[in-house]
Amino acid sequence: MALKIVKGSIDRMFDKNLQDLVRGIRNHKEDEAKYISTCIDEIKQELKQDNIAVKANAVCKLTYLQMLGYDVSWAAFNIVEVMSSSKFTYKRIGYLAASQCFHESTDVIMLTTNQIRKDLSSPNQYDTGVALTGLSCFVTPDLARDLANDIMTLMSHTKPYIRKKAVLIMYKVFLKYPESLRPAFPRLKEKLEDPDPGVQSAAVNVICELARRNPKNYLSLAPLFFKLMTSSTNNWVLIKIIKLFGALTPLEPRLGKKLIEPLTNLIHRALDLLYGMVSKKNLMEIVKKLMLHVDKAEGTTYRDELLTKIIDICSQSNYQYITNFEWYISILVELTRLEGTRHGHLIASQMLDVAIRVKAIRIFAVAQMATLLDNAHLLTGNMQRNGICEVLYAAAWICGEFSEHLENPMQTLEAMLRPKVATLPGHIQAVYVQNAAKLFSTVLKSQEGSTEGTAAQETSQLMIDRLPLFVQSANLEVQERASCILQLVKYIQKLQQKEVEVAEEVSALFAGELNPVAPKAQKKVPVPEGLDLDAWINEPPSESESEDEQPKAIFAKEEPKHSRSRHTEVDEKELARRREARKQEQANNPFYIKASPSSQKVYQESPGVEHIPVVQIDLTVPLKVPGLPMSDQYLKLEEERRQKERADKKKKEKKKRKEKRSGRGRRHDSGPESEEDITPAHMVDIVTEEMPETYILPTPDNRLLTMSSTSIFLFFFIEQKSSKHKKKKQKKEKEEKEKKKKKKHHHHHRHHSDGGADESVQNGTVEDEEPLPVSMCLTLNHKVCDIQGNLQDGSQVVVSVIFENKCDSLLKSMEFNVLDSLNSKLQRPEGSGPHDGFTVPFQLPPGVSNEARLVFTVQSIVMPQKMKGTLTFIVKNEDSSIHEKLDFKLHFTCTSYLITTPCYSDAFAKLLESGDLKCSSVRLEEVNMPFHHLLARICFHHHFSVVERIDSCASMYSRSIQGHHVCLLVKTTVSIDAKCDEPTLLGNVLDEIKQTFSQC
Amino acid sequence: LKTMRFMLLFSRQGKLRLQKWYTATAERDKKKMVRDLMQIVLARKPKMCSFLEWRDLKIVYKRYASLYFCCAVEEQDNELITLEVIHRFVELLDKYFGSVCELDIIFNFEKAYFILDEFLMGGEIQDTSKKSVLKAIEQSDLLQEVSCIQY
Repeated sequence: MALKIVKGSIDRMFDKNLQDLVRGIRNHKEDEAKYISTCIDEIKQELKQDNIAVKANAVCKLTYLQMLGYDVSWAAFNIVEVMSSSKFTYKRIGYLAASQCFHESTDVIMLTTNQIRKDLSSPNQYDTGVALTGLSCFVTPDLARDLANDIMTLMSHTKPYIRKKAVLIMYKVFLKYPESLRPAFPRLKEKLEDPDPGVQSAAVNVICELARRNPKNYLSLAPLFFKLMTSSTNNWVLIKIIKLFGALTPLEPRLGKKLIEPLTNLIHRALDLLYGMVSKKNLMEIVKKLMLHVDKAEGTTYRDELLTKIIDICSQSNYQYITNFEWYISILVELTRLEGTRHGHLIASQMLDVAIRVKAIRIFAVAQMATLLDNAHLLTGNMQRNGICEVLYAAAWICGEFSEHLENPMQTLEAMLRPKVATLPGHIQAVYVQNAAKLFSTVLKSQEGSTEGTAAQETSQLMIDRLPLFVQSANLEVQERASCILQLVKYIQKLQQKEVEVAEEVSALFAGELNPVAPKAQKKVPVPEGLDLDAWINEPPSESESEDEQPKAIFAKEEPKHSRSRHTEVDEKELARRREARKQEQANNPFYIKASPSSQKVYQESPGVEHIPVVQIDLTVPLKVPGLPMSDQYLKLEEERRQKERADKKKKEKKKRKEKRSGRGRRHDSGPESEEDITPAHMVDIVTEEMPETYILPTPDNRLLTMSSTSIFLFFFIEQKSSKHKKKKQKKEKEEKEKKKKKKHHHHHRHHSDGGADESVQNGTVEDEEPLPVSMCLTLNHKVCDIQGNLQDGSQVVVSVIFENKCDSLLKSMEFNVLDSLNSKLQRPEGSGPHDGFTVPFQLPPGVSNEARLVFTVQSIVMPQKMKGTLTFIVKNEDSSIHEKLDFKLHFTCTSYLITTPCYSDAFAKLLESGDLKCSSVRLEEVNMPFHHLLARICFHHHFSVVERIDSCASMYSRSIQGHHVCLLVKTTVSIDAKCDEPTLLGNVLDEIKQTFSQC
Repeated sequence: LKTMRFMLLFSRQGKLRLQKWYTATAERDKKKMVRDLMQIVLARKPKMCSFLEWRDLKIVYKRYASLYFCCAVEEQDNELITLEVIHRFVELLDKYFGSVCELDIIFNFEKAYFILDEFLMGGEIQDTSKKSVLKAIEQSDLLQEVSCIQY
């Protein structure tokens, strides 16, 4: 209340306060200068009054006007008056005005010395604080000289608030009055260990700045700073200290060594950040910077760290950010020039991965690898001891496997058979030999096509001349392959001498393309009945066998079996060791693809490379391999390309604009391109991790031969209605894809076939046994949906949906929703309503696919289910985003609830005799196929297994996830008699069977 | 040789809202520098880099709503930490005024200065703790009210 009264009386007393002034200026936009000049007149009047409050108010207004650019130097003395007020309110304004308006040539400053000294020693810390703050802005050499002692005393003030200000202002004082430094320095040094972190960081700041000017004098402080650097958690302080060390290390080289560890820790943190900040746009630039560091790096450890980071960054999320794979291959090739790196394996695996998975790049990759092979001697000074020779493994394999792309296969073949190859590690030689054979077949093919037969014979002779070297190899693998191939070539030569054309047959040896296999694909292959994966095929070798003898394990079969009794129990350690060995073997095997970074770590840990002592050769100039491209040129090209694209786009946009003036208004102008604008340089076909699962699936007809009784198939149909907001372009795409729409992909998965699992399914008690997956695949407007359902217990179905974005825009905010029926419900996250959708937890850049899992609860399985659903998502284009909607239907057939379960004929007979089963029958019309095909089809599509087959009829059995028995008797007259304990289910299953056969 | 030479706050319309000079500069030079710099910074597109080299200085600026925060540092200084300083200052203003806007700074410009002075002194960071800076300001404000009542 008192405050209000006081404030009111002040307001009345003043003509204008600061707020009024500001408001007034804002209201007089047209005649600002005139308005302000009247204000200044008023202020001059106010300053003439004795009342300090009025003066302070006037000074406050002047400070504002000063900022607007008006000269207020005439009021300097009034400012000093306000500064000297005993009231903090006015003192504060006075010092503020002084700090804004005073400079070294302001003559009234010399009047302030005593006032400032008085304020510095004020019992009120805020008086002191205000004085120090003000002084920091207008300190002159005279003030510095006169007040140095007072400030020095303040450095030991009891209040940290004052101490830190005093420490900071000391720097200003030193600059203006250098003589003060010597007496003040010991106290300043003390402050480095001040208990208050604010004071401490202030002291660090001041000393760092001083040291930058004259580093020599501060060398003695290095240990203290080192301690601070390793103990401080304050980033601001750390930055200062590092800056200081930057000034100190040139003077004291020993410091550099000590700093390596803490600094590399910091650098690693920075590198980790890089990993997250790359985008399509900046990847090349960032990698270029890192490559520069690689060249400059002195320690091999740091260089290796950079190398792994480069590869990590580039390969993350399935090479998501790489737009130009030629560039990436060039980077990898450049990395091979690193002497003494431990990560040859890593580079090799990347080369293999890219060459296999990015088809479009193969021609380029092969050319690069051929050059690499040709220059192998440059790469590998001391071959055995150099981890980088691992890349030759990849190079040889790529050149062999994709030899049809080689420009000069003969030359590469020659390079692969050089005597020096025999000094490479055994596993690499083995790959050389094998791929030399592949190359040989390619060369033969080309030479036989031409007129001269002698060339082909010469090639054979070359093989025959060179291979014996490998036959003598100490490495068994090399020896075996070489002798095998040598004999083959000798035989070929014989045929050639009889002028028989052999090239076709030789190339048949290596025919067929190797497809990449996703890491998870193996899981999808069913385990054949009776195969126990956990049982040993051969007993493990005894512990006493040394590592060197390990290759002999290949021939373990031939070893006497006396060790068996001793090793029936295998301890955990041994298992782990074997697992490790297996992993390593897989790492060396190009047919295993390891896309995830975690598995790449395996390479680094492989003992073979780790334990090789690394020779450190520090080359200041990186080795340049002749004929290899520099990755930099891609950066340039890329820039040019993007620029061109941008220009093209602009042109197009202009055109478009002309065409339809009234069209949409929102468009980027010349602003910098967004991430989505960048199109890949060549359309590369990256096989994503999920793809092989569908792609390598055998067609149903193949499957007939190998089908196991444990498989289950479930079809989902998604029917697509037209979506709204169609653009012309999209419509075209859609029409094409519409044709594929009904295409069904069949998935084949396994489930546990042991009795325990069945029981748990029945009771619905045990949660997760091996899930029973269900699948479908079809092409939608924008994506391929691939649904894999998992039937866990009697009532739960897990559906995995794979979304693949086939359009050129980013898809985001996807929401998957279905209309629940009484029987089937989508399980939604806790707290969401029954109509909320399932938010797909990722976005989809073009060409990327990802998987989401949905859980459904199903009560009754006797009837087929159709669930209506919608998928909403936002299509983000270059210039706009559209909300799109797709309607679909999820179709759970009754067949999908059946599990192929084997049944013995006696049990089957008992079941039929029990009399609990209801009977039904059906006739299939117009089915003209062999009886065994018919049976196989029923097995395949409807998850039955054949119990017994007698001439003209067969009995079949299957079982539902809720434990219903379904028995069929199929006759060659194509009639089916069926029995089941649930008539509705039976009826539906029979209908579905009928449906299957009516379609073919 | 100073960490920070000056800090400017100006609006999109080119109106100066706050200026703090950490080295003594003649009034005429100040005016010219402010004018030139505002012209350069305001002409830059939103996606352009926050750092630029200007005369012998490095300019670090960032736009918050309608207000540009602009700092000049020495060439060998770190731009990123300067950006961090700017942001910390904005955070302080925001805490003090409660979701700060340009008008807060226009009408309470002396308060904005007080906050800046508690945070930076002579171009050096005084305290990296937001809490302790705000505490000092609150205490001083309290003192001001008390002396007001006494009056």
